[in-house]
This record gives sequence, structure tokens and C-alpha cells, in this order.
Amino acid sequence: MNSENLLEIEDLHVSVDGRGILHGLNLTLKPGETHVIFGPNGSGKTTLLMSIMGFPRYKVTQGRILFKGQDVTALPVDGRARLGIGISFQRPPVVRGVKTHDMVAACFRDKRPYEQKGAEVTQLAERANLLGFLERDINHGFSGGEIKRSEMLQLLAQNPDLALLDEPESGVDLENIALIGQLINELLDETHPACQQAHSGLIITHTGHILDYVNARTGYVLCAGMIMCEGDPRDILNSIKEKGYQECVACLKK
Amino acid sequence: MSEEVKEKSDKARAAAAKSAPFGNDINLAQYETCPPEIPVQIAPSEIRHQDRRKMLATGIMLDDPSQRSGTFVQFDNRPLHTSVAQEGIEVMATSQALAKYGWLGDYFWKAVAVDADKYTAHVELNNADGYFIRALPGAKTLFPLQACIYLSRARLIQDVHNIIIAEEGSELHIITGCATAGNEPGLHLGISEFYIKKGAKVTFSMIHSWSPEIEVRPRTGAIIEQDGLFLSNYVLMRPVQSIQLNPSAHCVGENATVRFNSVMVATPGSKIDAGSKAFLNAEGTRTEMIARAISTGGEIVSRGYIEGNVANCKGHLECRGLILGEAGFIHAIPELKGAKAGVDLSHEAAVGKIAEEEVEYLMARGLTRDEATATIIRGFLKVDIEGLPPMLNEELKKAVQASEQDIF
Ligand SMILES: Nc1ncnc2c1ncn2[C@@H]1O[C@H](COP(=O)(O)OP(=O)(O)OP(=O)(O)O)[C@@H](O)[C@H]1O
Ligand SMILES: [Mg+2]
Repeated sequence: MNSENLLEIEDLHVSVDGRGILHGLNLTLKPGETHVIFGPNGSGKTTLLMSIMGFPRYKVTQGRILFKGQDVTALPVDGRARLGIGISFQRPPVVRGVKTHDMVAACFRDKRPYEQKGAEVTQLAERANLLGFLERDINHGFSGGEIKRSEMLQLLAQNPDLALLDEPESGVDLENIALIGQLINELLDETHPACQQAHSGLIITHTGHILDYVNARTGYVLCAGMIMCEGDPRDILNSIKEKGYQECVACLKK
Repeated sequence: MSEEVKEKSDKARAAAAKSAPFGNDINLAQYETCPPEIPVQIAPSEIRHQDRRKMLATGIMLDDPSQRSGTFVQFDNRPLHTSVAQEGIEVMATSQALAKYGWLGDYFWKAVAVDADKYTAHVELNNADGYFIRALPGAKTLFPLQACIYLSRARLIQDVHNIIIAEEGSELHIITGCATAGNEPGLHLGISEFYIKKGAKVTFSMIHSWSPEIEVRPRTGAIIEQDGLFLSNYVLMRPVQSIQLNPSAHCVGENATVRFNSVMVATPGSKIDAGSKAFLNAEGTRTEMIARAISTGGEIVSRGYIEGNVANCKGHLECRGLILGEAGFIHAIPELKGAKAGVDLSHEAAVGKIAEEEVEYLMARGLTRDEATATIIRGFLKVDIEGLPPMLNEELKKAVQASEQDIF
């Protein structure tokens, strides 16, 4: 194990409801780096992020996950969150009676009394253009784009060392993509020089729009539960744009 | 004795052994029946500190009444204190009001049937006292009025008969707290009759805080005239032996509206049968019933009944139940009856456990399983009550929160 790595995934096999989805996946990510994941629908991208976060439905049948040098494979979700992993959901549930405000306040990792967080919550919400949503039940009646912003808002409060972002820009209009990009930027403190960046990201994208906002170092193509290609994210994106995922399928057959 | 009074007591006598349709049947002979005592007037400060503390948990503030427009306190069967701090608002013992106003007899047993069951009959036959609250035409309470019904004597049947009248265009906000002193057995019978005249508005927030040996049978009825509004809130979070209530509201005037909100928790050993009924009998009448029920081991039957008798009326009933304990149950019984084409009645009911997906969502933000569960429960119990003045809404939330801390 290399302790310089923030995240190390070794030979990861994951099954959901008894069905194997990921089949031997390896991935390493250093502090401050952001990697992006491409791959066709159903290839296992969401499954990978959910497994890193530790949701019990995603069963690791083989291999392990190391975070900050610690084997977290058996650690429950909340333990991983407190260690510094955060996730933005593709389809988060509605929680009736729990206001967006409460949710954001709960995300702060410190134990300050609730009242003292109010100003900060408001400030963050303003930046995510969600001021009017603080009094609403979380995700209740939120549009697709609003959900994305609300997920980013919560992550900003949580401030994780590793942010797992599941298609943060899909279904978001052009104007709001810029806003989401800016929020992700803040989350990963992209404005700092690379050597000072402590925050890392693992981002699923279909469109690649997010590459305009983050300085992604590595890209992967996930196909049928395995990593098929690894390389410069822009090269990969161009190749997918040109030839689709045919190449991956070809890779698979090799 | 006038003909009418005699007729009522005859009816009561005939119903003296009549069981109620719902709830376990109570043998009244098991408790002591005592006649009402003559009202006295003592200062709230003379009430024992520990009793005042119990009352505070039900929203009754005796130490600082500056946030209240009036106060009524009854211990067992004796009114102990009445005060009112506002022009146009009347607060007194029902017996005193009856002596003062010859017409008040007409309001007795009009919104609740005297022969509904043995409990209504007992209250009538025992000449129960209680509170009389009235807002004169156009008068509006600045602060809520508070009424406390306190059961302190072991084995007693507490008989209470309240009459609330909101005259035309008036507004009444009432907090009523019912509590008990110790852990002795007892039976509380409380009749509350509401008369809401044209364009008047009444909000009535009732917080119950009993103990595991107490049985409770409130009987509430409301008659709402044109453009009137009745908002009834009920909070029961503490243990009780058994409680059965099913207040009914008759919307008799055009555009009359009634809303029932209730939040109940059945701890192990508690038996709760709580519902509400609305009769929509005029054009444009509306009702909304929202019940949130949690069983941590006790039993809850959550009823709702809406009857639409005119074409243009609208009602919605919502009951959600969470089962958190190993024992106990929640039985939701929503009922709708439309007697005319053009009624718009609907209901939704859901009973289950906390969704695991929601717990995990919160855990992914760093909350422990227990914290996540508590947050979801708190949210579940947080009913924002539409139409309630913000201050009252806050107080109700505080009352719910205070009881939550003891239970979860
Ligand atoms: N509960 C489940 N039972 C069976 N199969 C499941 C279950 N959940 C996910 N899967 C399957 O696992 C595979 C991978 O799903 P996953 O959500 O990880 O794909 P994805 O790469 O994120 O796709 P998309 O681009 O559409 O979001 C899919 O074939 C999906 O149907
Ligand atoms: Mg996905």
C-alpha cells in the first residue's frame, strides 16, 4: 500500500442483490487529484461510487477499498463520511419534514450548536442559488437541476476530502452548468495551485462539460464492470465522441 | 326545571350505561364520582410548583402570563382561577356563565349529543363545570387564551363541560393543556362544544400529558357557520392507559372550513383511538385532516371520516404512521362518504417503518444511524400548521420537541 494515495481500490468485485456488477476494478487517486469516469449506461459507474461510499446494498465480494491508508471496506457509510468521503446522489430520496436548511446544517462536520450555523447555511445557499429552498423539505418537488444544486450545496457544507460526484451536470441547463461548475470548483478548491489542493474528486460524466471547470488529471472508461481505458480525459472524451463506446467493446473482446 | 333541561337529563339517564362505539369500555363504578365544587379564585402562584411545571409542559404559562390574553385553571372538578386581560373576550367557569347568561342553556349539548355514550351522560348527570370562553362580535385575541384541566385526585372521574363561542367576525386562539399530578389512576371526561359564528375563526390547540394509569374520553363537537374557520390541533406524546376521541365538526354555513391536525405517540402500554369527523353540509365547505402517528410499542387506531353532502365541497384526509417498536400497531381507518356528485374527497394513508434509503442518505452526510433516525422522526412529527399564528406554531413545535426528548 502506498500511503501517498488518498484512495486505493484493489481488485474490487461488487454485487447488487446477488448480481455481480463490478468485476475486479483497480484505481488509485492521490490527494488533490480529480479523475473522471466515462462509460455507457449500466456499465457500473454509479455502483462504483456507491461502493466507495459504503452503501450496504452494494456488497463487496472481493477486493478492498483503502482511504487515507485505512482499509474502509467494512466501515459503514457514516464512518466513511466522517473520514472525509462525500457523495452527490444521482437520485436522492425526499425526506418529508426535514428542511433543506436542516440538512445543510447537519452536513457541517463540526459539532457547533445548530443556531450558530444559520448564517453559514444561508451564505452557502445564496451561492448555490437555493435561498428560496431552505424552508422546503429536502428534495420535495425539486426539479432535476435543483437537485443537482442542492446536492452540491450539501457537499460544500460537508467539505469532504474526496467528493464522489454522480453526473453533476446531467439535465442541467447551460446557465446552471456554469454555476454547478463553479460550485465544484469551490469544492475541489481548483483556484489553488495544484500542489496545495487537498480536495480530490471522482466525477462521473457523460457529456464531459465538467472538464471545462475542473482540472481533471485522469479519465477512465468503465465497461461492463471493468476499467477498459485510462488516460487523458480529453482524449478519451474525443474518442468517445468520434467512435462511441465501440472501442471499449472492442477492447473487451481482446 | 325547564322542559328542555329535564329532557336532556332524561336522555342522559337513558344513556348512562351506553358503551361508546370505539375504545375499550370503561366501568365507571371503578372510579369515584364527585359532584362539581363551587369555583374559587386563587392566584396562580398559590398552585404548587410541581403542578405548575407539569402544566408548563402542556403550554400553560402561569408564571408569566404576559403572552396570554386570558387564563382558566380547573383542578379535578373545581375551577380554581379565571382571568382575562382583554376587552371583548370572556373567560369564566361554565357554572358562572350559566348564572350570568340565561340564553346559555341553548348552547348545551347542541354540538355534542348528551346521549352519545355513558361518558357524555356522566358529565350531564354530574352537572360538570368547566370553562366558558367567548369572543364578542369582532373581538380578536391578541395573545392566545390558555385553559388548563388538571387531574390531581386519585381514582376520580373528572367531569368537564366547556362551551366556546366565537361571535360573528371574532377570532379566538386557545391553548388547552390537560395534565395529571402523579401516577394514580383516574378518568378524564371532557365535553367541549364550539360555536363558530359567521366569519369567525377559532384555533384550538390541545396538548395532553397524562400518565400510564389514566383513561381519557374527550367529546368534542363544533358547529361552523358561514365563512367560519375551525383549526383544531392535538398533541399527545406522553404515556396514557387509554384514550379515545373522535371530535366532529359540522360545516353548516357556506365556505365554512375545518382543519384537524394531530400528532400522537403511543408508548408501550398506551392505547390510543383517535380520529376526527367532518360533515360538509354547505356550498364551498372545506376540510383537511392530517394525522401523524408513531408507535414505540403502543396501539394506535387513527380514524378519519369526511362526509360531503353538497356538490361543491372539498375534503382531504392524510394519515401517516411510523412503527418504531417491536410490539404495538397502527391501524389507519380513513373513510370518505360522498352523498352528491361533485364532491371532491380524497385520502392518503401510509403505515410503515422509516425508509432505509432516507436513513442512509443522512448517514452519507456524516450523521450516525441514531442521529439520522432521530432527525427523520423529528421531521415526521413536525407538522407546520397552516393558519396558526406564527407564535403559536412555534410554541406547539416547542411542546412537541420537549416531549420528544423524553421519548426518543
Ligand atoms: N438492485 C439492482 N438489482 C439488479 N441490478 C441492478 C440493481 N441496481 C443496479 N443494477 C444494475 O447494475 C448495472 C450497473 O448500474 P449502474 O447504476 O452502476 O450503472 P451506471 O453506469 O451508473 O449507468 P448510468 O449511466 O445509466 O447511470 C445496471 O445494469 C443496473 O441495472
Ligand atoms: Mg449512474
